[in-house]
Amino acid sequence: MLNILAQPPTDAIPTPDVAWSGLMPLLILSGGAVLLLTIVSLAKDFIPRWFTPIYTVLIGIATGVAAIPLWLRVTDTPSAADPNNGPFATLDSSFGVDGFSVFFTMLFAAVVVLVALLANDYLRREDIDGPEFYVLMMLSASGGIVMASANDLIVMFLGLEILSIAVYVMAAMHSRRIESQEAGMKYFVLGALSSAVFLYGIALTYGATGSTNLVEIREFLSNVILLNDALLLAGFALLLVGFGFKVAAVPFHSWTPDVYQGAPTPVVGFMASAVKAAAFAGMLRVFWLTFGSYRTDWQPVIYGLAIATLLVGSFVAIVQTDVKRMLAYSSISHAGYLLVGVQAATNEGTATVLFYLAAYAFMVIGSFTVITLATGPGDAKTSLTDIAGLARTRPVLGIALTVFLLGQAGVPFTSGFFAKFYVISAAADANSYGLAIVAMLAAVVAAFLYLRIMMAIWLDGDEVADPTELAAAKAGIPVPWGAAVVLVVTVGFTLVFGLWPEPMIEMARDAVPALAIG
Amino acid sequence: MEAIVFFVSAAIILAGGLGVIVLRNPVHAALSLVATLFGVAVLFIDMEAYFLAAVQVIVYAGAIVVLFLFVIMLVGVDKAEDIYAEPIIKQRQFAALAAAGMLILVALVGVAFAGDVTGQPSNEDMTISRAIENPDGTTTPAETSNINQLAEALFTDYVFAFEITALLLTIAVVGAVVLARRPKGDLQPLPDVEPSWALRKPRAVTPTEATDPSAGDDADQDPDETTVDQAATDGAETDEAKA
Repeated sequence: MLNILAQPPTDAIPTPDVAWSGLMPLLILSGGAVLLLTIVSLAKDFIPRWFTPIYTVLIGIATGVAAIPLWLRVTDTPSAADPNNGPFATLDSSFGVDGFSVFFTMLFAAVVVLVALLANDYLRREDIDGPEFYVLMMLSASGGIVMASANDLIVMFLGLEILSIAVYVMAAMHSRRIESQEAGMKYFVLGALSSAVFLYGIALTYGATGSTNLVEIREFLSNVILLNDALLLAGFALLLVGFGFKVAAVPFHSWTPDVYQGAPTPVVGFMASAVKAAAFAGMLRVFWLTFGSYRTDWQPVIYGLAIATLLVGSFVAIVQTDVKRMLAYSSISHAGYLLVGVQAATNEGTATVLFYLAAYAFMVIGSFTVITLATGPGDAKTSLTDIAGLARTRPVLGIALTVFLLGQAGVPFTSGFFAKFYVISAAADANSYGLAIVAMLAAVVAAFLYLRIMMAIWLDGDEVADPTELAAAKAGIPVPWGAAVVLVVTVGFTLVFGLWPEPMIEMARDAVPALAIG
Repeated sequence: MEAIVFFVSAAIILAGGLGVIVLRNPVHAALSLVATLFGVAVLFIDMEAYFLAAVQVIVYAGAIVVLFLFVIMLVGVDKAEDIYAEPIIKQRQFAALAAAGMLILVALVGVAFAGDVTGQPSNEDMTISRAIENPDGTTTPAETSNINQLAEALFTDYVFAFEITALLLTIAVVGAVVLARRPKGDLQPLPDVEPSWALRKPRAVTPTEATDPSAGDDADQDPDETTVDQAATDGAETDEAKA
């Protein structure tokens, strides 16, 4: 605030310019959420049940569509005809629009669409009515957009809070399941602590650099040689703890298994895709983009975090017996791979992280769709024995889950293979050979986890082999249309980009982050 | 002088914060929160942010804590709670150890490098840029009130942060309603699942165990309690269905 004190007083405060086009996706998504709340509260009795999910899907699509012209603009180079092309910032350089943030905007839009389709059937099955789930999800995703576009640490923090607080509530949304309440409470208490640590990091960074604006911080760091950078490094450490918690990096991962197990399954899908993506977006923006000139100070820390995350995620997953817990540890180990890409601290490393996040978001939403359908009312039957023989009783779900598990294991011909391949090669290009080797070994160990689930759904479960029971199970629960759409899209995404990853990785390479002044 | 005020109010803040978590009576805990918030207000005064200090006292120490007290008294938990149960063995010792480690870490950062707030603009810069140039070439020091400075910060550099706080407030309202509302209507009962403290143990594997509430890990649970709860819920549901 000191630079504010420095300005002479004037009668009228000159307010900053607003580039509304750059804010459009965010405005559509957050405004859509508030509008939905208003519509439903005014016309509660006239609104059919299908309206809310369809509305959410449309808002999600509109957000993605609004991002397309922005994408074309920011990934283009300025020319005589269009001098405005290229990354820009607005609102006194606090909101940056660049390929990176628009990429994440599109990803969040896709996640909102998919989770809304999935949640429709889930909420109906669990007797949770009202539009609150959709409203909170859209607001949370707009928090993610804010994080991915933040050019100011205060804005970044607010984005993080918008994203997280909505997810805390969503985790505790199933009020009749005590596990859900417990998950929400745990996530809230630990998340609030991590937010406080993050805020402390912002305060120390402000003390060390004299600004919260990322552009000014970067200028300060490249112009000034600090004789004593202890305060700055302490700020780095605390910021890293805050991000590490959100991405579930070891040793800040202890909430993950309990929350993933207890929270409603569609919420877990949202958490694993959107929250992780937003936290990595923030991490890349702050560390790679802003603190890039100090990379020799933070790279070793991320190196260590990545190794711990990879090993714990892969090894502890093996001894689990609950499918949701297994996928929680699997999400921890995926955070490890993403950290491998972050650690590279190159443009290529950033692009691989974006590719990985997109591929993982689709796979993990698909996985949790199958889990939602397979575990039955109340998310009760989540142990490995409960889903044994799934491929025989419900072949469609079995095949889809197999695709997602193979993808997460990084088997060729799935997008997961290229995701892992790219991050590891980015690490090798950045001369982090040790990390690349650990990542490959961890992939082998983690494959065991996915194979165990596949064994259970394909080979076990002889007790349901009784033909009448089998017929009853097959006829009993059809795949609802919303979930069917999600499965088709996610399986399609996983396989298409597994065979032909070029368009996606090219897009990720175009999505270079930039700190523009505006 | 500034340093003395700082350390005294810091002591008040820390003591208040400690009181919030240590005191057994929720009302006392809420009152020590007042001490913390008041200490922060003193810190604001120390930094010449008088308006913020006033707002801090009026809004936080005044309104919000009074609201807390209202809730505590309405919910009826205004008595000492037994907080000596330990779900994790030796958790207090671990917590003390972790807190001590954290404090040492913070103290290292704070004390050892207190002189190096490297981002502070030099005094010269501040004096020059805060002054106003008169038409005759002389300069007079700027006199801006706290409120002007605050308004300027909120409507220029931090206007976006200021506006998106609205989303946070919306989430808070929606979230509070969602969490406080109980499900109503004729609901399908959920299948039996083991209680939360069994989360970390492997699930019972056989179907008989899964359906029998007294079997397996929850043997220490009082079976009567479950039945009573179940009956109460059922009763409530049928009543509502009739209505």
